[in-house]
Amino acid sequence: MSEPGTLVQDDQPLLVADHLGKNYGRLTACRDVSFALYPGEVLAIVGESGSGKSTLLQLLSAQLAPTGGCVSYRMRDGVLRDLASLGEAERRFLFRTDWGYVHQDPAQGLRMAVSAGANVGERLMAVGWNHYGRIRDTASSWLERVEIDTARVDDAPRTYSGGMRQRLQIARNLVTEPRLVFMDEPTGGLDVSVQARLLDLMRNLVSELGLAAIVVTHDLAVARLLSHRVMVMKGGRVIETGLTDQVLDDPREPYTQLLVSSILPV
Amino acid sequence: MTAMIDITNAEKTFTMHMQGGVELPVVRGVSFQVEPGECVVLSGPSGAGKSSILKMIFGNYRCDGGRIGIRHRGAVIDLVTAEPRQVLSVRRSTIGYVSQFLRAVPRVATIDVVAEPLIANGFARAKAREQAGALLRRLNIPERLWALPPSTFSGGEQQRVNIARGFISDLPILLLDEPTASLDAANRAVVVELIGQKKRQGVAMVAIVHDDEIRHLIADRIVDVTSFAAAA
Repeated sequence: MSEPGTLVQDDQPLLVADHLGKNYGRLTACRDVSFALYPGEVLAIVGESGSGKSTLLQLLSAQLAPTGGCVSYRMRDGVLRDLASLGEAERRFLFRTDWGYVHQDPAQGLRMAVSAGANVGERLMAVGWNHYGRIRDTASSWLERVEIDTARVDDAPRTYSGGMRQRLQIARNLVTEPRLVFMDEPTGGLDVSVQARLLDLMRNLVSELGLAAIVVTHDLAVARLLSHRVMVMKGGRVIETGLTDQVLDDPREPYTQLLVSSILPV
Repeated sequence: MTAMIDITNAEKTFTMHMQGGVELPVVRGVSFQVEPGECVVLSGPSGAGKSSILKMIFGNYRCDGGRIGIRHRGAVIDLVTAEPRQVLSVRRSTIGYVSQFLRAVPRVATIDVVAEPLIANGFARAKAREQAGALLRRLNIPERLWALPPSTFSGGEQQRVNIARGFISDLPILLLDEPTASLDAANRAVVVELIGQKKRQGVAMVAIVHDDEIRHLIADRIVDVTSFAAAA
């Protein structure tokens, strides 16, 4: 049974969701979600469109304010803080350095008209790097890590293929050595062969860097390959949760059984 | 307790919601112990629940009742009630599982598939690959194949890669689901040797083997699974 990489043992959670909910008027997008994520742990949130998984990801990454409950994050000083109570400087630190956010559509996470090198270097400049040579070297070494030919460092991502753009977006996110990465359907919209390469790359990076990650996906194969733990969502609620292989090999809830049995055999 | 595995009244029922909520009882009252250096072979006809019991011990199937005590890092942990992260910790440093089929990640070279459990436990890559190579050689996987992903290999080759991956770590518990099923006589003998070596190192093992000769060679004790039948 193949398993995602090393899980760093640490008894302090990195992120805690506590009875998290979001209503839009009378419409409930997400309700009563509670869990703790530990350093180095990869959590997959699975469910169909409209299940509330993307809303949940936005709540967890402080892009949306909850209408109920709260999200806390352990800052680098070791103190668990409610995201809603953070000052602007702390929020900036999270968005620019300590967190990564990989969008399904790379065009949303990249600047399409500036060079690949600048896309990666920009995150470093935002945290105070100012030595051009060092920024360029670091950017190049990250392009290599995500298997982009360094001869393409000066080209803009709009000249890149979909798979290359997604790998570039990952490099841009990881260059600041974040502790937590949010991923929204990271392999959506890519060819299957390109997906396999990207998954393999993400799996290795996550385990080498000891990253914690929250991955939203409707693809159970992605969850199987990348995550330690799974939460299944339906109608805005978490209906089943457990170790990824437990949930996929021994699903309990009717909806999870339906999802698992809907995978087409190859 | 001195036992590495101590199972008391473990039970498992599948509820098939896709088939109108049919309840499929698999096993009930599963109780046995495995001591260090002992190989317990589960016997019983197909469908009696042997693989399910192995999966319960690995924490892959969730139990509906009972207790599965595992000696883990000097303490006993009950897998039936353990948190997911505790189960992962048990799998990393206590229980290894050799399944019937290799589930490999596309693109990963055979040598790295085998070395991965050691790397996950903090071994240097070079050292882990060296040990992986030694094991692959012993299992007669030619060196020219090591750099290739195992997905294109024959069934027997894949199974040997799987065995190498399962046997490479020094884990105190090993679960073996038909480790010799599609192997020729020479490779079956290698696996019997590897199991003997693990026994001498004090590893506790639970195995499923259909081949009578192999069972005779490796079993210290046989547990008849039909006595745990849940049906009727």
